[in-house]
Amino acid sequence: MNKKPKDVTRRSLLTEGLRGFSLLCVGGFAGRMMEQSQAQRYGWQIDPHKCVMCGYCATRCVLEESAVKCVQSYAMCGYCKLCTGFFDPSPKALNTGAENQLCPTGAIVRTFIEDPYYEYKIDENLCTGCGKCVKWCQAFGNGSLYLQIRHDRCLNCNECSIALACPSEAFQRVPYEEPYLLKGTTSKG
Amino acid sequence: MIFLVRIAPFLLLLLTGLCAAEDIQRFPPPDFESGYVMPVTTTPPPRAGLLNYVDLAMLFAALSLASYLVIHKRSRQGIFALTVFSLIYFGFYREGCVCSIGAIQNVAFALFHKDIAIPFVVIAFFLLPLIFALYSGRVFCAGVCPLGAIQDIALIRPIRIPGWLLQSLGLIPYLYLGLAVFFAAVGSSFILCEYDPFISFFRISGRLNIIIVGISLLAIGVFVGRPYCLFLCPYGAILRLLSQLSLWKATVSPDECRQCQLCEEACPFGAIYPPTPEEAQPVRKDRKRLVLMCVLFPLLVALGSWSFSLLAPTFSRTHPTVRLAEQISLEDSTQAETYSDASQAFRDLGQSKEVLFNQAQNLRDRFSLGAWIVGAFFGCAVACKLIGLSLSQQRLDYEIDNANCVACGRCFSYCPVELKRRRDIKSSRPAMKDQSIQE
Repeated sequence: MNKKPKDVTRRSLLTEGLRGFSLLCVGGFAGRMMEQSQAQRYGWQIDPHKCVMCGYCATRCVLEESAVKCVQSYAMCGYCKLCTGFFDPSPKALNTGAENQLCPTGAIVRTFIEDPYYEYKIDENLCTGCGKCVKWCQAFGNGSLYLQIRHDRCLNCNECSIALACPSEAFQRVPYEEPYLLKGTTSKG
Repeated sequence: MIFLVRIAPFLLLLLTGLCAAEDIQRFPPPDFESGYVMPVTTTPPPRAGLLNYVDLAMLFAALSLASYLVIHKRSRQGIFALTVFSLIYFGFYREGCVCSIGAIQNVAFALFHKDIAIPFVVIAFFLLPLIFALYSGRVFCAGVCPLGAIQDIALIRPIRIPGWLLQSLGLIPYLYLGLAVFFAAVGSSFILCEYDPFISFFRISGRLNIIIVGISLLAIGVFVGRPYCLFLCPYGAILRLLSQLSLWKATVSPDECRQCQLCEEACPFGAIYPPTPEEAQPVRKDRKRLVLMCVLFPLLVALGSWSFSLLAPTFSRTHPTVRLAEQISLEDSTQAETYSDASQAFRDLGQSKEVLFNQAQNLRDRFSLGAWIVGAFFGCAVACKLIGLSLSQQRLDYEIDNANCVACGRCFSYCPVELKRRRDIKSSRPAMKDQSIQE
C-alpha cells in the first residue's frame, strides 16, 4: 500500500482522539456488562394456572417442533378408565384405537395398572403442545395434564415468540436454575 | 357399571355448566394395591450453552478474516466467499440467533433491569463488531452479518439511488434504533427480533406478514443495494458512526486516483463521492446555511420530543401489563359479561387489581419519559444530519464515504490502477518462480 508521510492535521487529531475515547467507552461498557453477566439468569415458563389452552404453543414457537409439551402431574391424576384427556368426547370404544383418541398425534400412552385404573403418560417426541388434552382434562377431569416449556428443547429466546401470542399472559420469566412451574405440588385438595 | 359411575360427574358438570375450576380433584388418585409407584414429572435442565462459545470464536474469526480481505488483500471474491459462509453458518445453521443486531435490545434490557443477567456471549456479539469498526470499518456488514449476506447475494442488477433519497431514508435507522432501545428498556417487546424480515428464511418458518416483508425486501434488493442495511438496520446506524473513526480505511484505488469515475458508477450503495469542483464555492452562503442549521438544532429536538410524547399512550399499550389493566378497567366500567382471556386468567387467580393498576401507572410514566427521550434523540439525529450535510467538504479524488460503505469490495475491480496492480502481481509471480528455478 502507498505510505504517505503522516501529517498531523486538526481532523486526524480529532479522529484519533475520538477513536481512543470510543475504545475507552466500549471497554468501560464491556466491564459494566460483564459484571451483570454474573447476575440471576432467567428462562421462560408457562404458569399452568393462567393457561387457557388456546393452541398457540404448538404453532408459535420458533422451533420447528415446539418446546412446549404436555406434562402429567401423576400425583393429581385420577387414573380414570374414561380419561377425558385421552378419549375423544364421544369415543366408539374405550380402547387405544386412533379414532377414539383426542390427541391428534397419539402422544398419550395409556397403560393398564389394575382394574379400573390406567396410567397416562406423555410421549414427548410425539406431543406437539397443542393443549387439546389439557383443555378436556381441565374441564372434566382433575386438570393433571398441563403445558410446560421443556428446557432441554427451549432456546430461551430474548423474547419468547409464544409469549407474544399468548392471550392470557401465562408466560413469565422464571429463575434459570428452577425453570418449571409444576402443578400438583400446590394442589388445593 | 364403573363406567357409569365415572361418567356421572361428567354429566352433572355438563348440566350445571360448571367447568374449568382450578386444581379440583374431581377423581382423587386411587390407592393402588398392585404396588404401582407413581412416576415423578421430569424436569430436564436447560441446554448447555457450549455452542455459543463456538459462535463467538466463529464471529471473531470471521471479523478478522473480513478485515484482512477488505484492508489488505482487497479481494471481492474472498469477501463474497466469506459472505456465503456467514450466511450458511450464522444464518441457516444457527438460524439467525444470536445476532449483533438483536443484541442491542439485550444490552438495553440489561441496562434497565439490573437484576437480570445478560449472557457473556451476547455482550461479546454486541461489542466485537464495534471494536472492529473502530479499526477497519464496517467489516461486520461486509462479510459476517447474515442479514447483509442474504441481501448482498440478492443484489443482481444494482441501480443508482439519488443522493437526497439515500440521505433522507438513511435517517430511519436512527429512529428504529431509538425505538428498539426504548421498547427493550421498558421491557415491552424486542421489536428487532419480532420484525426481523429475513429470520423466516433462516428458520424456514415464520409469520406470514414477516415472510411477505422479507420477500419484498429481497425483491427490492435485486435492484437497490441492501435495503435493510441502508434504510433500517439500527446496528448499522451505530457502526456508521464508529466507522468514521476507523484506523484503517478501505480505499478504492491502491495508489493514485486517476479520476476515471468508474468506481462511483460501480458502488451500489452510493458510498463513493466525486471530487469537489476546483473553483471555491461562495463561503458566505455555506456559513449562513450552517448557522441556520445550528439554530434549527434545538427546534428539531423540541419538535421530535413533543411529537413522540403524543404517541406515548399508544406505545404504552405494547406492554402486556398496561394492556391488561386497561382491559380490566374497561370491563369493570362497562360491566361486561364476558371477559377476555387475559382478564379471565387474572380474575381466576384472584390477584389484587390495585397492584396491577399501580404497576400500569408506573409503566405509563416510564413510557411517556421514554417517548420524550426517543423523540429528542431522533430530532437530534435529523439535526446532526442537516449540519453534516451543510459542512463544506474538500475532496481531491474519488473517496469512499466510510459511514455508508459496507466494505463489499465491488469497487476494487473497477479501478484501473487496482487492475494494473493485480496484473503486476500476477506477472511477477511466474517470473519469480522462474528465477528461483534458475537459481
